Amino acid sequence: MKLECKHVWEHISEYIDGTVDARLREEIERHLEHCEICSAILDSTRNILVLTADDRTFELPIGYSERLHARLAKELENADNEPQKK
Amino acid sequence: MEKKDATEAGLIARILAGEKELFHELIRPYERMVYLTLLAIVKNEADAEDAAQEAVISSYRYLSSFRGHAKFSTWLTTIAINEGRKRLRKAKTAAEESIEEEGQEGDFTPAPLTDWREVPLEALERKELREALRAAVAELPDIYRHVFILRDLEELNIEETSQVMGISVGVVKVRLHRARIMLQKRLVPYLKTAAPARRGFFGRAL
Repeated sequence: MKLECKHVWEHISEYIDGTVDARLREEIERHLEHCEICSAILDSTRNILVLTADDRTFELPIGYSERLHARLAKELENADNEPQKK
Repeated sequence: MEKKDATEAGLIARILAGEKELFHELIRPYERMVYLTLLAIVKNEADAEDAAQEAVISSYRYLSSFRGHAKFSTWLTTIAINEGRKRLRKAKTAAEESIEEEGQEGDFTPAPLTDWREVPLEALERKELREALRAAVAELPDIYRHVFILRDLEELNIEETSQVMGISVGVVKVRLHRARIMLQKRLVPYLKTAAPARRGFFGRAL
């Protein structure tokens, strides 16, 4: 069976996650070998995911960690604030 | 991974036995995750930070209810999501969320990319691209953004995402797919301008 581009697009996300079954994976790979448009779409989607996971893309506010631990220290200091016993 | 879980279980036992100070150590690897989860929900840096602090404090107070059935990270993310949702309800913006139905019509086809061979890795190093991605993620409809952040930013797996969001695995997959395609579409112009204009047949690089 020959896959159409549209069909490949529908499975792009699962293909990236490696959750398509073996037969479909093979068909998609055969399609990608000769289809530059789908290969480009796959590459660009993958690149976006790489960029998303890059720590520099979504940065924490400056001083976030310090403020968080200062608040936490206050909570821990207070003897009444033991973790609740079940 | 198992080693990490064992270390965590040990830390948790000691904290519950009275070594409270160790909670700093327990939470440190997850600070970023908690903040980003909240940012995905409340969409405002100051509120996200405030909510992240609350979520961390709650996780300390309720630590004894963590039973080790789930991973600590999953349990903590659930607390963060609940904190975020509580704030949304207070802000009465939860109404917006219910408008976005699962069967939402829309065009979820990706955008073709020309000159793709010219998209170099260094394009990914550009600051504008990062900014564009941040903006595009912020503009995703809530239901898609939440799943995308948990899965692709915090790198929870599909099952964990389904667990913390309280939605089925199938719904996670559909939302994730749509989110990724929407972002691809939004960012194609930025990827394109990274490449020198060189058009071949059908606008494709030859």
